[in-house]
Amino acid sequence: MTTTEKPDTLLRILDYSSRADPYPLYAELRETPVARQADGSYVVSTYREIAELLHNPHLSSDVRNLSRPMEAVQGRTTPSFINLDPPEHDRLRRMAMRHFGPPHTPGLVTGMEDDLTAVVNGLIDGFAGKEQIDIVDDFAYPFPVTVICHLLGVPREDEPRFHLWVDAIVNSIDYNPETDPKEKLENGVQAREDLRQYLAGLLEQRHGKPGEDLLSRLANDDGPDGRMTDEEILATANLLLIAGHETTVNLITNGMLTLLRQPQMLQRLRSEPGLVVPLVEELLRYEPPVHIIPWRAAYTDITVADTVIPKGSKIMLMLASGSRDPNRFHDPDVFDPDRRDNEHLGFGSGIHLCFGGPLARLETQIALTALVQRLEEPTLVTDPPPYRPSPVLRGPIHLHIEQNKN
Amino acid sequence: MTSADNLRAFKRDGRIVIVGASLAGLRAAEALRAEGFTGSLTMIGDETCEPYDRPPLSKQVLTGWVPAGDTTLPRRRDVNAEWLLGVPASGLDLATNHVRLADGREVPFDRVLISTGVRARPWFVESEAALDGVFVLRTREHAEGLQQALAAGPSRVLVIGAGFTGSEIASICRERDIAVTVAELAPAPLVGALGAMIGDVAADLQRAHGVDLRCGVKVTRLEGDDQGRLRRAHFDDGSTVDADVAVVALGGIRNTEWLRESGLAAGPWGIACDTGCRALTLDGLITDDVFVAGDVARCPNPIYEYRLISLEHWANAVEQAEVAAHNMVSGQADRWPHLSIPAFWSIQFGVNIKSVGVPTFADEVVVTQGSVADRRFVAAYGYRGRVTAAVSFNNAKWLDHYRQLIETAAPFPPPSPTPDQPVDMKPVPVDFPGPVLLAQGATVVVTGHDPSERRVTAAQQNR
Ligand SMILES: Cc1cc2nc3c(=O)[nH]c(=O)nc-3n(C[C@H](O)[C@H](O)[C@H](O)COP(=O)(O)OP(=O)(O)OC[C@H]3O[C@@H](n4cnc5c(N)ncnc54)[C@H](O)[C@@H]3O)c2cc1C
Ligand code: HEM
Repeated sequence: MTTTEKPDTLLRILDYSSRADPYPLYAELRETPVARQADGSYVVSTYREIAELLHNPHLSSDVRNLSRPMEAVQGRTTPSFINLDPPEHDRLRRMAMRHFGPPHTPGLVTGMEDDLTAVVNGLIDGFAGKEQIDIVDDFAYPFPVTVICHLLGVPREDEPRFHLWVDAIVNSIDYNPETDPKEKLENGVQAREDLRQYLAGLLEQRHGKPGEDLLSRLANDDGPDGRMTDEEILATANLLLIAGHETTVNLITNGMLTLLRQPQMLQRLRSEPGLVVPLVEELLRYEPPVHIIPWRAAYTDITVADTVIPKGSKIMLMLASGSRDPNRFHDPDVFDPDRRDNEHLGFGSGIHLCFGGPLARLETQIALTALVQRLEEPTLVTDPPPYRPSPVLRGPIHLHIEQNKN
Repeated sequence: MTSADNLRAFKRDGRIVIVGASLAGLRAAEALRAEGFTGSLTMIGDETCEPYDRPPLSKQVLTGWVPAGDTTLPRRRDVNAEWLLGVPASGLDLATNHVRLADGREVPFDRVLISTGVRARPWFVESEAALDGVFVLRTREHAEGLQQALAAGPSRVLVIGAGFTGSEIASICRERDIAVTVAELAPAPLVGALGAMIGDVAADLQRAHGVDLRCGVKVTRLEGDDQGRLRRAHFDDGSTVDADVAVVALGGIRNTEWLRESGLAAGPWGIACDTGCRALTLDGLITDDVFVAGDVARCPNPIYEYRLISLEHWANAVEQAEVAAHNMVSGQADRWPHLSIPAFWSIQFGVNIKSVGVPTFADEVVVTQGSVADRRFVAAYGYRGRVTAAVSFNNAKWLDHYRQLIETAAPFPPPSPTPDQPVDMKPVPVDFPGPVLLAQGATVVVTGHDPSERRVTAAQQNR
C-alpha cells in the first residue's frame, strides 16, 4: 500500500542549495502524492490530499501524539494554540481572536490602514540618499515588526533583542539531529526561554491595568471563556510575535522580487492600484512565505490517496507544492493575478487557518502599493537573491535593489 | 445547419425568459451573460423590487441592524435584461413557447428557466391570518412589518412552528428581550430537518435562552379583539397563550400552480428535473428547452440513490442557477450535472449551525467530535452503514471532511477517534416524524396500457 519513492527528493528540498527554486523538486514530489520517508514520516505534496488532511479531524497538531518525539518543538514551555488540538485550541484561539477581529473587535485591522500607510511611507522616506536599498532590512522586516509590537504592546526599543531570539527559534524549527549541530537546537531552546522571560516581565506590568494593546487586554479579559492563565498568555504572545516577524516579511519581499522579475506587472500595478488585492492572493499561491507545515501527527490510522498512514506517524504538508499543483491550478507556474477561484494554501486551511491573514494581507497590499508608486525604475542587483536558511519559512535574507537616480 | 451552428445562433440572438426574479433567477441571468449569451433576456417576477436576499430577513433585519430595504442582492455583472416586475406569470404554453402573464401579456421564448421558489404557508383560517399582529416571513415586506412589530415592544410573541425560520425568529426575540412562546407539533424544534437527537439539543438551547417552548402541541385558533388585533392563541390541549404578535412559520408552498396546465411534472413537491436542471414532463420525459432552479426544483441526486430531492437552501439555488444557465447555452456533450452535496447554515441563540448532505436521508446519528453539553460538536448521519450527512454546532470548519465522507460513501459510524472525543459515541436512531405535510393522497394518475399510450395526468391538487 505505502510507497517509498524518491525519499531523496525531500532531502534535496531541505538542502540549502535548492532554496532559491524548490519548485521543480515539488513537481517531482507530487509524482507520489503521499510519500513515506525512510524515517517513517510521510510527505504530502498534492493540493487535494493536503486540503483533505487539513480538514481531517484525525490529525493532531499536538506533539504528544507523535510516536517519535520531536526535540525542537517539545520545549519546556506551555504550547501555544498552533500546537494544540480542540477543545483547547478552539478555546484559546477564540479568546485571542476576541481582541483581534470580528465579531468582538471588528474594526481592528481595517482601522489600522492609516497607521500602516504612515509606517510604510516613513520607511520609504528613509531610502533617500541610499545607493542600494535592501528591501528586507530597510523595509519588509521592520514594517511588520513595528506593527506586531504595537499591537501586542511590546516597546519598540526592545525589538533588536528579540530579533535575535526569534531568529534562533525559527532556525531550530527544522532542526535535524542527523545533520545539524546540536548548538542549533540548544540556541533555539535558550531563545524560547529568554523570550518567555522577557514577555513574562511585560505581562507582570499589565495585570490590573486595562489598556488597548493585546497583552493588556489578555491580562485583564473578562469574556465568556474567562481569562487565560499567565502561561497561556505568554504562549499566545510568543506565537503572535514569531508569526508577525517571520512571515509577512517574506510575502512583501517575494512580492517585490516577483514584480522586479516581471516589470510589465510592476507597471500594471502602478497604473491599476486595485490589482493589488488579487495580486497579493496570487503571491500567496505562487511564492508563499510558509512553504511547509513541518508536522502533524496521525491521531489514528489515516487513509489518504489509498495510503494508510499509521497512528503516531509524522506528516509533513508541503503547502507551497500544493499551491502549484497542476491538477488544481491551471498553468500553476505562471504568476497570474487575474486567476479566478484562487483558493491557495498560503494561509493553511481548516481550524488552524492563519489567524493573522487579514492583517498580513493588508500590510502587504499597502507595502507593495507604496513601493511601486514611490520607487523610481527599481532593478534587482542580484537574481536570485540570497535566501534565509529555513525551507519552512522561506524567503530572501536580503533583496538589494537600485533605483534610477537621474 | 448543424446543431453547433444552431447553438451559436441561439447564443447570439436567442430568446431566454426567466420566471421568478430572485436569487436563482438573478444568478442564472448573470451566469448566462458570463457564458457569452448575447440574445434577449427577460426577467419576469411578481415582486416589484429588484432581487434581494432572504436569509438576512430572519436575522439581521429582525434585530433592526439592517433595514429590510438594504438586502438587495449584489450584482456580479450587468445582465442587460428586460425586467417585467410586479406581474405574476399565470401560465406556460409549451406548444407555442410562450409565458402568459396575469395581465394577459404573452412573452415568447426559445428557452425558459423556472425559478419561482416558495411562498410562506399561510395560517389556515383566513380571517385569523388577517388579524393585526399575525405574520408570515418570506418577503422583504413581511420582514419589515415584523421588525416594526418587534420594535414596538410586544408583551409576548408566539412563534408557530420551530423549524429553522421559526427558531431564528424566537432567537431574535430573546436577543431583543421580548418574551416568546414557541409552539411545535413535533417533540422538539428542528426535528423535521435534523431528527430527534439534535432536536433535543435545540430544545435545551431554546429553554436555556428563556424561550417558553411547547412541543407536541397544535395551535388551533388565533383570537382577536374587537379592533381586529391578535390577543390570544388556543392550543389543542386546551391551554392558551396571550400574545400580541404571532409568526406563522410552518414552512413553504412551492409556487407551481401557474404550471398546472403546462404538462410539466409540477406539483406541491416542486418541479421534477434531471441533474442538468431540465424539467420533466408529467410523463417523466425530459424537456429540452425548459429548465428549473432553486427552491422550486426537485432534482435527483445520485449520492442519495437518485432520489428526487427538493432543497430550500441558498447555496443550492445558486449552484443550480449556474448549472442551468450553463446547460441552457451548451450542447448536449458539454452539459454539466448538478451533483454537489447540499449545504445549509443557520444562526440562532448564539450558535452557528451548519449542515452538509441530507440529514433526512438517514437512519442513525452519532456525535463524532466535541461536546454536546458545550454546544460545540459535529454529528454524523448514516443510512444503512454509510455516511449521508453531518451537522455542526459551532464547529463548522470540519464539515469539509464530512462532505468527503459523504462523497466517498464512507462507512457509518465513522470509526476512529479524534483528539476532541465526545463523551458518548454510540449511534442512536435518527427518529424523524412521519411525513405529515406531503403525500396526502395521490398527486398523479397513470393511464393507458400500450407503451405508446401510457401517460401520467395530474390528480386534483390539494392545498
Ligand atoms: C426568512 C428566510 C431565511 C432563510 N435563511 C436561510 C439560511 O440561513 N440558509 C440557507 O441556506 N437558506 C436560507 N433561506 C432559504 C433561501 O433564501 C432560499 O433557498 C432562496 O431564497 C431560494 O431562492 P429562489 O430564487 O429559488 O426562490 P425565491 O427566493 O423564493 O424566489 C422566487 C421568486 O419568484 C417569484 N415568483 C413566484 N411565483 C411567481 C410567478 N408565478 N410569476 C413571477 N414570479 C413568481 C417570487 O415572488 C420570488 O420573487 C432562508 C429563507 C427565508 C425566507
Ligand atoms: C503573509 C503572512 C503570513 C502567512 C503566509 C501565514 C501563514 C500561516 C499558516 C500557513 C498557518 C497554519 C499553520 C498550521 O496549520 O499549522 C498560520 C497559522 C497562524 N498564523 Fe499566520 N501567517 C502569516 C502572518 C501572520 C501574522 C501577521 C500573524 C499574527 C498577527 C499570524 C498568526 C498566526 C497564528 C496565531 C496561527 C495559528 C492559528 C491556529 O493554530 O489556529 N500569521 N499562518
